[in-house]
Amino acid sequence: MTRALQDDAEFMMRDTTSHPPAYAPGYKTSVLRSPKNALISLQNSLSEVTAPVFGAAELGPLDNDLIMNAAKEGLPVGERIVVHGHVQDQLGRPVRNALVEVWQCNASGRYRHKKDQYIGALDPNFGGCGRMLTDENGYYAYRTIRPGPYPWRNRVNDWRPAHIHYAISGDGWVQRLITQMYFEGDPLIATCPIVRTIPSEEQVRGLIALQDVAAFVPLDSRAYRFDIVLRGRRATLFENRIQAEPGANP
Amino acid sequence: MTSLLRETASQTAGPYVHIGLAPQAAGFDIFEHNFGSVLATRDTRGERIRVEGIVYDGSGTPLRDVLIECWQANAEGKYNHPADRQPGKSVDPSFRGWGRTCSDFETGLYTFDTIKPGSVIGRTGRPMAPHLNLWIVARGINIGLNTRMYFSDEAEVNAKDPVLNLVEWEVRRKTLIAQRQDRDGRIVYRFDIRLQGEDETVFFDV
Repeated sequence: MTRALQDDAEFMMRDTTSHPPAYAPGYKTSVLRSPKNALISLQNSLSEVTAPVFGAAELGPLDNDLIMNAAKEGLPVGERIVVHGHVQDQLGRPVRNALVEVWQCNASGRYRHKKDQYIGALDPNFGGCGRMLTDENGYYAYRTIRPGPYPWRNRVNDWRPAHIHYAISGDGWVQRLITQMYFEGDPLIATCPIVRTIPSEEQVRGLIALQDVAAFVPLDSRAYRFDIVLRGRRATLFENRIQAEPGANP
Repeated sequence: MTSLLRETASQTAGPYVHIGLAPQAAGFDIFEHNFGSVLATRDTRGERIRVEGIVYDGSGTPLRDVLIECWQANAEGKYNHPADRQPGKSVDPSFRGWGRTCSDFETGLYTFDTIKPGSVIGRTGRPMAPHLNLWIVARGINIGLNTRMYFSDEAEVNAKDPVLNLVEWEVRRKTLIAQRQDRDGRIVYRFDIRLQGEDETVFFDV
């Protein structure tokens, strides 16, 4: 049995071993972009337990359909896939109405971005971004074209495994998370310097979407399953200190 | 005992974060409704301000590919979120209090157009000085960086702010305070962020 949690309950402390350190020299760009001082740890206040609320009316009907949302004179090139999963917190509770934003390169490994100069061809019918809100069960789904791997400037022959970027906004500002989803069976995962910033193999496995045969769309698309875990809330066992009266015990 | 799942691991936003979070900045128009750097609408109550600055790396070079999100209370010091139950304060329906901005690809300058927030109650009833909560992501940043921006013209309340006072090194607190400027009647707060090196900005584990 689980205890009901208040909507202003504090979040559990972040387990920093679940994440890459700021300084990870194998990923060269992190060297000059990593703070050297220790982070100052804050107990939650209203600033941390609240977060923006998004509404379905802000999204368009094709925002979660990357196959169609930039198609002009035909369909995009590449392998059609569905990606779906649940957003839950560390206690396994669904995170409802979470904003899930995704972006990726096309099947050639090229981003529709004015700064991407890779020789891989742009696809006139593919944009590479989408967004959606999770439902009552914390569930989300979108369809897209499977992205290609691509080379990048780190060492001269480093390649990114095929991946889709995710940004997730949950119920509290401290749940904000940005990450990347990889695909089961991709041999580039083992050597990618960005994947390898993560110190834990278990945590790397958590970023690898598994092929989900049960969700295949017959004669149309394969499917991948990717579940996301955001920070959980602590039960407020004694008293509420978040918006307590002045003079309450610290 | 409750068994806990592990939080999904963070990964860098990468150099093309704009395509997902600010596609117009990436050079194409795809969504009907875009999230942007203008938080205040015509009807929003409060003092109109611009927040601007540059994010620098450890060599002093501007980041030209950074994305920053802002979360703030309204002019009365209330967050537009159901968990904020501070008595006597109301939500401003024309102000969500959230936005995102990209630094300029040439200069590295970022801007937010918003209103100055009011003071929000802190833990155990100690008021917090007005502040913006900022979240910074970019290529080379493996996990989003959290910081707060306070206001230079609020010296008295800043001195009592429970979060600023947690920063043991008084000399570092100034990295969290934006400087107010009046540019021909337009109020601008300058807030540069230094990821590393001399005057490294204070970042929080929230």
